[in-house]
Amino acid sequence: MPRGQLPRGRGAAMMRGPRGKINKGTFPRVIKYITKNHKKQIALVIVCIIISSLANVLGTLFLRTLIDDYITPLLSIQNPVFTGLLKAISIMACIYVVGVVSTYIYQRVMAIVSQGVLKDIRDDMFDKMEELPIKYFDTHTHGDIMSHYTNDTDTLRQMISQSLPNFLASSMSIISTVLSMIYLSPILTIFVFIFTALIMLCSTSLVKVSSKFFVAQQKSLANVNGYVEEMISGQKVIKVFTHEEIAKRDFDKINDQLFTDMYTANKYANILMPVANNLGNLEYVLIALVGTIMAINNFGGLTLGTIVSFLNLTKGFNMPIQQVSNQLNAVIMALAGASRIFEMMDEKPETDDGYVTLVNAKKVDGKLVECDEKTGIWAWKHPHHDGRLEYVEVKGYIEMEDVDFGYEPNKTVLHNVSLYAKPGQKIAFVGATGAGKTTITNLINRFYDVEDGKIRYDGININKIKKDDLRHSLGMVLQDTNLFTGSIRDNIKYGNENATDEEVIEAAKLANAHTFIMHLPEGYDTVLTNNGAQLSQGQRQLLAIARAALNDPPVMILDEATSSIDTRTEKIVQDGMDKLMDGRTVFVIAHRLSTVQNSKAIMVLDHGKIIERGSHDDLIASKGKYYQLYTGAFELE
Amino acid sequence: MLKTLSKSIREYKLPTLLTPLFVALEVVMEVLIPLLMAKLIDDGVYLGEMNAALKIGLELVIAAILSLAFGCLSGVYASKASSGFAKNLRKDLYYKVQDFSFSNIDKFSTASLVTRLTTDVTNVQQAFQMITRITVRAPLMLVISVIMAININAKLSLVLLTLLPIIAIALLLIFRYVHPIMESIFKKYDNLNAVVEENVQGIRVVKSFVTEENEKKKFGNVSKDIYNSFCKVEKIMALTSPIMQSAIYACIILISWFGAKMIVNTNMTALTTGELMTFITYSIQILSSLMMISMVVVMLTMAKASADRIYEVLVEKPNITNKEKTINTVKNGDIEFQNVSFSYVGDKEKECLDNINLKINSGETIGLIGGTGSGKSTLVNLIPRLYDVTEGAVKVGGVDVRDYDIKSLRDEVSNVLQKNVLFSGTIKENIKWGDANATDEEVVRVCKLAQADEFIKDFPDGYDTYIEQGGTNVSGGQKQRLCIARALLKKPKILILDDSTSAVDTKTDSLIRKAFREEIPDTTKIIIAQRISSVQDADKIIVIDDGKINGFGTHEELLATNNIYKEVYDSQMKGSDTNA
Repeated sequence: MPRGQLPRGRGAAMMRGPRGKINKGTFPRVIKYITKNHKKQIALVIVCIIISSLANVLGTLFLRTLIDDYITPLLSIQNPVFTGLLKAISIMACIYVVGVVSTYIYQRVMAIVSQGVLKDIRDDMFDKMEELPIKYFDTHTHGDIMSHYTNDTDTLRQMISQSLPNFLASSMSIISTVLSMIYLSPILTIFVFIFTALIMLCSTSLVKVSSKFFVAQQKSLANVNGYVEEMISGQKVIKVFTHEEIAKRDFDKINDQLFTDMYTANKYANILMPVANNLGNLEYVLIALVGTIMAINNFGGLTLGTIVSFLNLTKGFNMPIQQVSNQLNAVIMALAGASRIFEMMDEKPETDDGYVTLVNAKKVDGKLVECDEKTGIWAWKHPHHDGRLEYVEVKGYIEMEDVDFGYEPNKTVLHNVSLYAKPGQKIAFVGATGAGKTTITNLINRFYDVEDGKIRYDGININKIKKDDLRHSLGMVLQDTNLFTGSIRDNIKYGNENATDEEVIEAAKLANAHTFIMHLPEGYDTVLTNNGAQLSQGQRQLLAIARAALNDPPVMILDEATSSIDTRTEKIVQDGMDKLMDGRTVFVIAHRLSTVQNSKAIMVLDHGKIIERGSHDDLIASKGKYYQLYTGAFELE
Repeated sequence: MLKTLSKSIREYKLPTLLTPLFVALEVVMEVLIPLLMAKLIDDGVYLGEMNAALKIGLELVIAAILSLAFGCLSGVYASKASSGFAKNLRKDLYYKVQDFSFSNIDKFSTASLVTRLTTDVTNVQQAFQMITRITVRAPLMLVISVIMAININAKLSLVLLTLLPIIAIALLLIFRYVHPIMESIFKKYDNLNAVVEENVQGIRVVKSFVTEENEKKKFGNVSKDIYNSFCKVEKIMALTSPIMQSAIYACIILISWFGAKMIVNTNMTALTTGELMTFITYSIQILSSLMMISMVVVMLTMAKASADRIYEVLVEKPNITNKEKTINTVKNGDIEFQNVSFSYVGDKEKECLDNINLKINSGETIGLIGGTGSGKSTLVNLIPRLYDVTEGAVKVGGVDVRDYDIKSLRDEVSNVLQKNVLFSGTIKENIKWGDANATDEEVVRVCKLAQADEFIKDFPDGYDTYIEQGGTNVSGGQKQRLCIARALLKKPKILILDDSTSAVDTKTDSLIRKAFREEIPDTTKIIIAQRISSVQDADKIIVIDDGKINGFGTHEELLATNNIYKEVYDSQMKGSDTNA
């Protein structure tokens, strides 16, 4: 049973070449993970490995003793008694049984331990990931992040469950063999060492050559796979342009290159084994001859019997060395993977120094009082430095004051942005791609922190508000709807675990989603997979609206969808959005001007600056950029 | 299936045949070498016979050199055969896909085709290499070793013969138990990946709904689930090496006991001590070949799924092909639909188009309006024969599209697809997809027509600007205009825009239509759009609803007579009267 086989991730992950940077301290850290919760098991494993290898070595030595001490003496006796032999064999059998049992114990314990370690690493990795700031996800490709969970963890699994124990076992047999060899004949041992060094030299140089070509092969493979992906994705365009022949010709070129690299790389890898093995065979002959000459000439006190034993040891010496070098490669790859995993774990998590919290409140004699039950009134609980405790009702008054911001230092994206939205007002952002519309909303919910200036929520600087509570008080509908695996009900309840079924249906009705949900065979229990692929774009947006509606926050951030849905569905979605916006402070990132006309104020952004602001009528009258956009002289996206 | 796949061996037949041959020779040498080693000890070293030792040593050196040669040759040929096979297999698949029609592509889906051409080919290649080498080596080694063992001493071989089936059964049982659990673990891994993927993609949703803790719990459960299943499997899998070990040890013990008795009782006539050692070596070889065979079986079962998927593509029949005698010239841009019905699955119940009759004259501009799924794209895709009608006939230039040579037809009917893609390469290279031999002037001309010239010139590298894969470095509207320019370069007699200006602003949109009117008056233009403003100045407008033609006429006529058209018009014009 090949233990090394696991799903190898998607195509993209496979294309990655051997990127091999090992950070300092990675190995001790992996060892720490292994020993952290499994100290006793690991001790047991080490003991068992030692016992198992000893049993193995004793077995090899036993055969010689068997012949020399038991069989040969019996040959000259008339009526041979086998009790001595039986006793020896029985002892050997016992040793073997102990060996087999310890092999089973270490294999089993180690397998379970390595699964446990992997689970720990996986869980820690995910926990850390959830804490990372949005910036991390914006600056790393999804494929890279995913590969930490697939490829990197997989190589690590192989290392922990196979390479490390094998390494230990092989080292044990190497040590015991070397010791026995030195004991038998130090001079011949030197011969063996020289030859082994020669074999290692040959194999490492072969490995060097082949790994050079493996890198080339990996690159060509990535080339071919990338080309195939692009061409197959555009296959319909190829058909329309009858481009098939050219597509074939280009493909042949890189496919042939891949063949050349693959052939060369594997060629060197394949001849490695025969070369090493047969050098081993030559070594055997040479030692046999040298040994015999030495014995015949009584040199170095060698007897013929010793040489025979020595030769047997030689035969068994090259294999574990071969194994160790094989494992070494796997270990290096695994450590490179572990380095990448730890790099992600070591990323700085999102910090939160907020101390203002969001609580349910009720009004007693016109004064706000904190309470446990849901009242529909929220309050900011603001403990002041002087020990005073203040409750501020959450109304949704947002102010931005002279805000500057850049995703990278020295590259400011927003300049001096000031604006306010009174409770219940609708503010629209309009502008070309990259003008800074999304950036502003990223700052309000603190996906990113402002560089300079202030943002206040009901008069409180948002840096003082606990991030989780701030985000609870802000609803979001993003242009790309992300749904999660689970029922439609679970998806609407997302973030509001305790909502009742009635509340879910109410939210769905508000979002105009109820009708289509009821048309599904399983209704609210329909299970969505793969980001709700079985629903249409419009339906998924309706679910996102329902999800936001259930949370019932005083402030909403809406990012309109850019993709074109047909007019009728769009009307339904727009209608749902309108109902959601009713009575809330709303920030809309608009991609179509028809939806922003009824906004209290429209902010026209250009290169991170608000260049125009005012109501629709004001802006049309001033005949500026908005007017040009509106009359269709410019594209929004 | 094997027959179909093995067709891809082609020019690598020789290495494919030589590999097993050299593997076989290598195995023979490998069996011979321990024999010589034993002889070297017995006849040479043990007796101190230097001459004999030298002679046998020389034989051994020759054997080692031969073994080295055979080993290297088999390795080189195996590499050549498997890389070559993979190359051809990939090529065959790719060529096959090039011949696929739209419906063939739809059937497999793009993502699955990509997997079949990448991961699956790699898996099958590995299996191929294994078949040419290990499936020859292991059984051969087993057979030769068994023969040699019997040759040394038939009685002792009985020990082996009783042990072999026991081990085989044990391994089989383990495999039978482990395999289904492993399959389920693979699925659980998919779940795990799905959770991670959802979180990575939807991290903004996770954070804004403050559900990090829940997600951690969710992930923890899946992770724990995998851990538990793995533990179940590992407990059993951990038995494999101890079983093999006990088999080998049992072998050594039993053979030592019986062998020793035999040696002593017959005074080395039936069996010598050297032979006993050799016998044990063969026994170990037999057992490890058995182990190897079981491993190969497992690996091959895993590769079979990939082979199946590749096979499916290779045997798929492209369902749109040229007739034997074809017409190579398209006379003009007349289009006619005669009683056309169409369904994607070939099922009469689920028709996407129902009895369409339509006549469009060369040079006309036709607008096409209708809701999602009403059949707009389907209708126009029949004109360049991207799909074949289920019933009726589509005629271009007065000739049934099925009578044309496909390339000639599609060169004259340019369809700008709704889900369009640009390819990695410069803008110029992308535009030249329409006509590889076009001059730079012609490229600029079509870009001007498509209102793309201006923004292209604004790029620092102009027409040499590199487009990233999927065209991610240009905006939606820019991408659409480049796609239109690319289609124009073909100088088609019929141009179809399938919702191709949805991201272009209204003013540019009208400029494009104006350019079409003035610069290519003889080309038949069909424009599918969501915006009434994009079609209202067309010669005629088709309103399509639920696969049927609901209205056909000018803007004014339809406004007066067609309810659907009027409804759409009203909803779009509401409050945006200047939006034209």
